[in-house]
Amino acid sequence: MEFGPHLMIAVLEGAVTAAVLALMASGLSLVFGVMRVVNVAHGQFFMLGAVLAWAVSSALGGGAWGFVAALVLAPLIAGALAVAADLTVLKRVGYDPERTIVATIGLLYILQQAALMTYGPEARPVAPPFNTRLALPWVEFGPDGPGLIWPWGLSITSYKLFVMAAAAAVLAGLWLLMSQTRIGLVMRATQLDGETAQAFGIPVGRVYAGVFGLGAALAALAGVLIVPIQQAHYLMGGEALLLSFIVVIIGGLGSLGGTVIAALLIGLSDGIVSVFFSPTLAKILATLLVALVLVFRPQGLMGKAAR
Amino acid sequence: MPASKIPSKPASGTELSSASGVDEPPRSPARRSALKTLAAAAGGASLPLWARYAEAQSAAPIRIGFQMHATGIGAAYGRWYNRTTEAALRLINEAGGINGRPVELVTEDDGTDPKRGAEVVEKFATQHRCDVGYGTLFSHVVMSSAPRAGELKLPYFVVSEGHHVASGALNRWTLQPGITDVKSQVLAMAPFVRENLGRKVTMIFPDYAFGHDHRDFFTQAIEAQGGEVVAKLAIPPSETSFTKYFPKIPRETEVIYHVMVGPSVLTFVKEMGEFFGPSRPEIFGFIDSLEAVDLQSPGLEFLEGTYFWEGMPRYAQPDQTDFDRHYRAAIGIDENGALAADPRDVSAYAHMFGCWETLYVIKAGMEACGYRGPDDRAALVEAVEAMSTMPLSNEHPQGAKIFNGKTHQVFGPQYISKVENGRLTVLEETPIEAGFYPDEVDYTTQPL
Repeated sequence: MEFGPHLMIAVLEGAVTAAVLALMASGLSLVFGVMRVVNVAHGQFFMLGAVLAWAVSSALGGGAWGFVAALVLAPLIAGALAVAADLTVLKRVGYDPERTIVATIGLLYILQQAALMTYGPEARPVAPPFNTRLALPWVEFGPDGPGLIWPWGLSITSYKLFVMAAAAAVLAGLWLLMSQTRIGLVMRATQLDGETAQAFGIPVGRVYAGVFGLGAALAALAGVLIVPIQQAHYLMGGEALLLSFIVVIIGGLGSLGGTVIAALLIGLSDGIVSVFFSPTLAKILATLLVALVLVFRPQGLMGKAAR
Repeated sequence: MPASKIPSKPASGTELSSASGVDEPPRSPARRSALKTLAAAAGGASLPLWARYAEAQSAAPIRIGFQMHATGIGAAYGRWYNRTTEAALRLINEAGGINGRPVELVTEDDGTDPKRGAEVVEKFATQHRCDVGYGTLFSHVVMSSAPRAGELKLPYFVVSEGHHVASGALNRWTLQPGITDVKSQVLAMAPFVRENLGRKVTMIFPDYAFGHDHRDFFTQAIEAQGGEVVAKLAIPPSETSFTKYFPKIPRETEVIYHVMVGPSVLTFVKEMGEFFGPSRPEIFGFIDSLEAVDLQSPGLEFLEGTYFWEGMPRYAQPDQTDFDRHYRAAIGIDENGALAADPRDVSAYAHMFGCWETLYVIKAGMEACGYRGPDDRAALVEAVEAMSTMPLSNEHPQGAKIFNGKTHQVFGPQYISKVENGRLTVLEETPIEAGFYPDEVDYTTQPL
């Protein structure tokens, strides 16, 4: 394939990865920002979203409505589970940083094995509500000036465009929630100083439960969006968690803007490096980037230094 | 199989005639033995299960250690290998077991993980006291487990396809008598690809041992036919999205050759369709890329008119044999290769016959050497090595086969199918000889 169209397809593929990654990593970043909890089980909520999407849509006989129902129900169920986990486990260990890591590792295994025992070890597909292949044109300069050509393989599907738009809309909604609403104000107050917030009558315990639920719901939503492109599989949470950690470390833990920028950076570089060189090199570069960020700017691109 | 060639111990039933006290030899031993067998079978069928084995020297069950990919990336195969194995064992036990003893399956999940594979083999030999190890498919698990089986002197019957057994990379305790290897398969396929589809081929394959077998042997095979591989796309087996690889397919490509495995196979084929759209080259795939996947899945319409290798035809063909009918009925599979009870549960039909046939080879081997227990393991290996032809039968429903005792590898027919109206129609059955290649090892020279 020629360089131009080749690059374009790499960018488009990278953008899909970036969209899903941004959703997922923003959940991880939010939970850390407000609660100072490193949620190792985050990848499993992503997997849960995908598995629940299969369960919901196949219970409703597939089709577009099944997918819409999954889009609503799966994040709600995953969020409710996370709230329950927060109240029964994280609260009991007092949100102590070390103990929450161990607790969420336990949660990771419980969720993964529960999925294996109920859903099974197979990968299962969910039909996208729409999936038209859109052939894309490319400009070529011929003897008669510039003209449009349709190169072999240069295309995207309408569903992939929808994933990008949906992720952008949800992230914009999340930003509005955090910056413009009373809920956001309460969350930010809790983030700044939990004890003072409690003294001012903010129910910190309920805020924590809600934030943990919201983080899980964002991961689950990313899982629902990705499942018609890939498939639901009980092991899919592992790599997603790794990439999310890479994104939040580069972007700055707790910073939504940094997360989105880092997701774009990692998603696009993954797409472009994978296409032109190799996917393994893309992972190596991402890990190298994390090391460089930790050495030269430990708080991340947009994170604030600890006070 | 000529049992006389095997250095065997007397079978348990042969001492009965001397105990009968009759001096003059029977007039028609064949007739007498046939009548005795018939009577025993008729009597046996009316007895409770435990009593049928009373004539054997030991009523203790023969234990077959089944290394199953119950979880991990091989889970879809594991599920069907298990169903096939249980169906074959049920029939074997109903017919009186092996050497008059019931056969029992000891199943352990290896997680499709090489490290756990070796541990499972060890458990079979030391903890469960299994007579043989059996069943594994993914080549990286075979590669790690076989050395341990050799050290523990446990006959290890693999149902893989890798060329690892016949290449001599393993040891005398590892045998592959139920399924052909990749080298043999691609040798049989290459002439069809070259003559019917095109000369310039781009290969897409998983980036580990099994995929490398395809890469190396198909490249050789197509070059021998006057063709050429213009690009090789190796994809990590755990990859979940594939579009980013496809731009590397050169424009001059006339044929795409694809073989993928693991949980993302459906995604792979679907994305390939989205990438090419209406202007695709000819496509020849190994059914591994769609094993256990419904051909009617959304996004697979573009496969119409493409070609597949099948180990055994998934869809019942007009000239279906009685043996195929018997095999499908025993496992509970419909004419589309799916579970009769749940048509959405599509089988790994092109591979799982290997489990069925391997079990019958184990049975034949144990009967030939009068197998009594773990002390006879070496005799069992020698008995299987002495096998040569395996006729098309209920025991070998995929086709007649020729076993090479030196390389421990079986050879059989291959099927080339075309997707027509959303199902696979067999175009060609290649002769066994099309998959022959010179021996690369003689395991029989290694000490047992």
